[in-house]
Amino acid sequence: MGLFDKLKRGLQKTKDLLRTDVRDLFKAGEIVTDEKLQDFYARLIATDMGVEAANAIRDDLNEKHRGRTAVIDEIWGDVRAKLKALLKGEQDHLWDVNNPLSPLKLAPQGTTVILVAGVNGVGKTTSIAKLANLLKKNGKSVALAAGDTFRAAAVEQLTLWSQRLGCEIVTKPSGSDPAAVAYAGCMRALELKADVLIVDTAGRLQTQQNLMKQLAKIQRVISEKIPGAPHEVLLVLDATTGQNGVSQARHFSESVSCTGLILAKLDGTAKGGIVIAIRQQMNLPVKYIGVGEQIDDLELFDPDAFVDALFET
Amino acid sequence: MFESISKGLENALSLFRGQGKLTETNVQLALRAVTQALLEADVNFTVAQEFTERVTEAAVGREVLKSLDPYQQFVGIVYHELVNLMGPVDHSLHLRRGELVVLMLCGLQGSGKTTTCGKLARMLQESQWRPMLVAADLQRPAAIDQLKIIGEQLGVPVYSEPAGAGAVKVCQNGVAAARQADNIDVVILDTAGRLHIDAELMQELEQIDLKISPQQILLVCDSMTGQDAVNSAKAFNEALELDGVILTKLDGDARGGAALSVKAVTGVPIKFIGVGEQLDKLEPFHPDRMAGRILGMGDVLTLVEKAQREFDAEQMALQQEKMMRGKFTLVDFRNTMGQIKKLGPLQQIMKMIPGMGKIAEVMGNSDIDPEEDLKQIEGIIDSMTPRERENPDLIDISRRRRIAEGSGTDPADINKLLKEFSQMSGMMQSMAGMSKLQQLRQIKQMADVGVFNPGADLKFQKNRSDRGPLDKRAEQEKKKKMRKEAKKQRKKNRR
Repeated sequence: MGLFDKLKRGLQKTKDLLRTDVRDLFKAGEIVTDEKLQDFYARLIATDMGVEAANAIRDDLNEKHRGRTAVIDEIWGDVRAKLKALLKGEQDHLWDVNNPLSPLKLAPQGTTVILVAGVNGVGKTTSIAKLANLLKKNGKSVALAAGDTFRAAAVEQLTLWSQRLGCEIVTKPSGSDPAAVAYAGCMRALELKADVLIVDTAGRLQTQQNLMKQLAKIQRVISEKIPGAPHEVLLVLDATTGQNGVSQARHFSESVSCTGLILAKLDGTAKGGIVIAIRQQMNLPVKYIGVGEQIDDLELFDPDAFVDALFET
Repeated sequence: MFESISKGLENALSLFRGQGKLTETNVQLALRAVTQALLEADVNFTVAQEFTERVTEAAVGREVLKSLDPYQQFVGIVYHELVNLMGPVDHSLHLRRGELVVLMLCGLQGSGKTTTCGKLARMLQESQWRPMLVAADLQRPAAIDQLKIIGEQLGVPVYSEPAGAGAVKVCQNGVAAARQADNIDVVILDTAGRLHIDAELMQELEQIDLKISPQQILLVCDSMTGQDAVNSAKAFNEALELDGVILTKLDGDARGGAALSVKAVTGVPIKFIGVGEQLDKLEPFHPDRMAGRILGMGDVLTLVEKAQREFDAEQMALQQEKMMRGKFTLVDFRNTMGQIKKLGPLQQIMKMIPGMGKIAEVMGNSDIDPEEDLKQIEGIIDSMTPRERENPDLIDISRRRRIAEGSGTDPADINKLLKEFSQMSGMMQSMAGMSKLQQLRQIKQMADVGVFNPGADLKFQKNRSDRGPLDKRAEQEKKKKMRKEAKKQRKKNRR
C-alpha cells in the first residue's frame, strides 16, 4: 500500500516501543472472557474514538464472540468492518489513491479557494504549506493569503513557507482585518489567474463567539468576490485532541460549514480516533493526514490503513 | 471548562435523589455513569478505573451520616477523591532573590509554549522579578520572531541567535548573557515543540537539562488532549523529571480530563492554567476549586479573587458610599458594567457563580449575547446628557426619542433600561450594608431575574433547585432507560 509508510516510519522512531498489537489480545482457541473484552475496550478508548463508538464495537463483539472460542480472523474482521462502517458514514469516501487531489472539490474553471481553520496550535500553517506543496507538485499554481493577523509572527511563518515553496503570498500588517486579507488574496489570485488560493486563518477556540463570527465574515467576503468560493473549508484537527474534537467540528461547521478534515500530527503516539466520532456525529470526512514535520508529510486519508494503524502501539 | 464532566456527573448523581441510603446497587449505577463521564472527558481509561475503585471503596459500606442524604454524601466522596487525584498543588516556582533562576518550558507542538512563556514573564514582572526570554525554538519558522514580539509587548528582553546555532548552545549563551546583564533574575527557555517519541529531539532536551540544569522544568500541556496525554507526559517526565505542568487553552469548552490523567500518571503538580490568548490569562491551578466546579458547586473563590484583583478598590469604595447614601446614578451603573466587563466574558463569570452555570448554558445555546447587551446599555447611557444621567426622571418622551436616535436603539429599549436601572439601584442600596457572602447571593438573585441580561427573556424560575433537572419528563425518561439497561445487564450477568 505504501500510504502509511511514513506514519509507520514515524512510529519506529523509538525502538523501545512494545509491539503489542491488539490482535495479540485474543489468542486463537482461548475463550473470549469478560476480562479480555474489557481489556479490548480499554484499547478502543485509548484511540480517542469516544465512549459511544467504543461501546458499539464492544457490544458487537460481546454479542458475537463472548464466551466462545476466539477465532482471530473473525474477531478482527468484525472489528475492522464495524470501524470502517463508522468511518465511512453514509457516503463512501474513498479517495482515488492515484490522484492526491481527489478529495478536493476544485472549481471547474478559474480559481479554487480553500479556507483553512482550526483551534490554536493544531498545525494550520504547517498543513497549509504542505497542502500548497502537494498542489504545486500536481501542477497547480498556488497563492496564499496570510489571514492569521492575530498571533505574533504568524504572517512571517507563512511568508517563510511561501518563499521555500516559491509561491505568491498576500499579507497585511499584523492586527489588520483578516477578511481584508482574504479579499486582497482573492483579488491577487484572480489577477494572477492562480489555480488555487489557500486562505490561512488565526487559531481560535470554537467557543469564542465573536471570533467565530469573524470567520463567517471571512467566508462571506470570499464568496462575494468569487462566486461558489470557498470551494473547500478544511478544519485542521490535532491528532492528540480528545473528545473536544467533536465540539470543534460542530462549532466550526456551524459557522463556516466545513467540507473536510486535515488530521495533523499523526506521527506521534496519538491515534486520532476522534475522527470516527466526528464522522458519525457530523458526517465530516477526513481528507488528508499530517504524518511528519517535513513538507512532503501530507498523505491522502485511507480508512483501511487508518484502521490498521489504530491498534498498533 | 470541565462542563461535560459536570453534566455527566450531575446526571449520575441525580439518581440518588429521593433515595434513602447508599447501597451497593445505587452506588454501582452511579459509578458506571461517573466512569463514562470521565472517559467522555478524556480522562485516561486506567485513571478513570482507579478513580471509581477508590470511590467505591470509600462509598460502599460507609455509615450514612444522619445529617446528610445519600446524594450529599456521595458528592462529598467523589469531590474528595477528585481533589486527591488532582492535588496537592505547589504554585511556587522556587525562585530566590539574588540568584539567577532558569525555567525551562517544554511540550508537544502547538501546546502553547511560546505564549505561556510570555504569560509567565508577565506574571513574574507583576511580582517584581526581572525575567528574560530565550528563543530556543529553532524548529518552527518564525518562532523566534513570535517570542521577540511578545518580549516587546511586555518590555522583557529576548535572547536569540540567528538560525544555524544548536538549541543547547543558544540556551547556554542565553543564560550566560543573563548572568552578565545583572538586571535579570529569571531566565525562561522557550524550547521547540517536539514529539515525545522523537529520540533525537528528546535527547536535545536532556542535553539542555544536563548543561544548564534549570531549577524548574515545566511541561506545557493542551487541555484538549485526549487519551494520549498520559503517553507524552510520561515520556517527558522520564526524560527530564518535570517539576510542574501548565495546562493551556482552558478557556474553551475542553473537558480537560487531561488534568486528571497527567497528574495521576506523572505525580507532577499542575501549577498554572492558561485561560485566554491575552498575556495576562494565566492563573494558579486549584484542585479543590476545579473539583467543586466539576461537581457543579461553582467556583466562588476564583471569582472573588479575580474580582479583588481587577476591581479598582477606590472606585468601588466611592460607589459603595454613594449606594449607602442611596444615590446610585446611571453613571455609576455604567461604571459597574465596565467593571464587570473587565472580569472577562460574562458567561465565563457566570459559570463561576454556583447555580448560574445553567443560565450561562442556556444563554450559550441561544442567540443571546450578554456582551452585545452590555454594549447597547453603554451606548444608551453615553447618549444621555450629564444631567439626564444624574437624574433619569428628567427623561421624557422627546428626550427618550433623542437618546434612542443617538444610540441607534429603540425608545422601548430605553424604557426597559430605565426600569431595570431603578430595580437595580434599589438592590444596590440594599446590598451596600451586606457582607461579601450576602452580596454574592444577591448577585445570583439578580442574575436569576435577568439583570445582567436585560434583553433576554430567560424562562428561569427562581425557586428551582440549583442542581435539579431542567426537564422533569426527560429526566424521568432517562431514569427509566437506565433502569431498563440495568435490568438487561443483570439478565446478561445471570446468563
